[in-house]
Amino acid sequence: MTVAVNPIQTGEPVFYLADEHPHPEGYSTSLGFWIYLMSDCLIFAMLFAAFGVLGGNYAAGPAPKDLFDLDLVAVNTSMLLLSSITYGFAMLTMQQNKIAQTQMWLLITGLFGAAFIGIELTEFAHMIREGATPQRSAFLSAFFTLVGTHGLHVSCGLIWLVTLMVQVWRYGLIEANRRRLMCLSMFWHFLDVVWIGVFTFVYLLGVLR
Amino acid sequence: MNTDTHAAHADGHHHDDGHAHSTFSGYMLGFVLSVVLTAIPFWLVMSGTLPSKQITALVIMAFAVVQIVVHMIYFLHMSPKSENGWSMMALIFTIVMVVIALSGSLWVMNHLNSNMMPIHEMTGMK
Repeated sequence: MTVAVNPIQTGEPVFYLADEHPHPEGYSTSLGFWIYLMSDCLIFAMLFAAFGVLGGNYAAGPAPKDLFDLDLVAVNTSMLLLSSITYGFAMLTMQQNKIAQTQMWLLITGLFGAAFIGIELTEFAHMIREGATPQRSAFLSAFFTLVGTHGLHVSCGLIWLVTLMVQVWRYGLIEANRRRLMCLSMFWHFLDVVWIGVFTFVYLLGVLR
Repeated sequence: MNTDTHAAHADGHHHDDGHAHSTFSGYMLGFVLSVVLTAIPFWLVMSGTLPSKQITALVIMAFAVVQIVVHMIYFLHMSPKSENGWSMMALIFTIVMVVIALSGSLWVMNHLNSNMMPIHEMTGMK
């Protein structure tokens, strides 16, 4: 380290570097992405708050007990959980530079994610067919907003996943692609964390109520 | 000082993101834990084993909190050291915000509901 020199004693001018020294590309990406996820977390918290406040206002319409099929929710939850672990495997094989296996695990993750979205859309369609539309009651408005926002996130994650598979296929596991896969990993696991809140507070507590 | 960590960042390229190096056993442990922590609340609600609804509600909420922590540690690789502690800082800030906003909304709106004049009294006031 440098030795502290008193400029008054030596009379020499002392210079300080005002500019920060250059960082390698993507140096701060993961922290920046984490901060994005935290802001996303606040969005979900507000939607949870809205659901918490309005979740009991059925307006003489259908209640959670009449609408939710817990078996289906359990299947859906396991789809998302399985996609989390398979994404983890994709990250592990990425660390070992195995492109083909990384792509395979990404594909499996995508299929589980698509299954999750498929089941959720089926559930929504079933509810809407029974007349439980978002306009029916405050409970249903809050429900569709919260669960729909989560589903929209997963759908965006799926588009991102396919994009990254194409990227890896074309350019291989280059530094930039590793960074992108790492960001998507955080995004995907974060959505699973939000889903824990959804199945506990919306579905399980809803049926319990 | 800082230059040392930056130098390490420049040449250690695979896992330079400040996250803990992920391992197979870490992911598997996290997965098994989260399967158990998911299955028990579902089973509790679907079978209605516990005597009262309040107890069941509290237990499944506790399971959710534990599962969120498990996911944070094993899947999101949170640790106090990642990003020199800044991601933990952001997380703690977010948790404080979420707790204030959630508990505040529920508390205020609940009081608003109970202080609202019942409809049958309102109709008698014409």
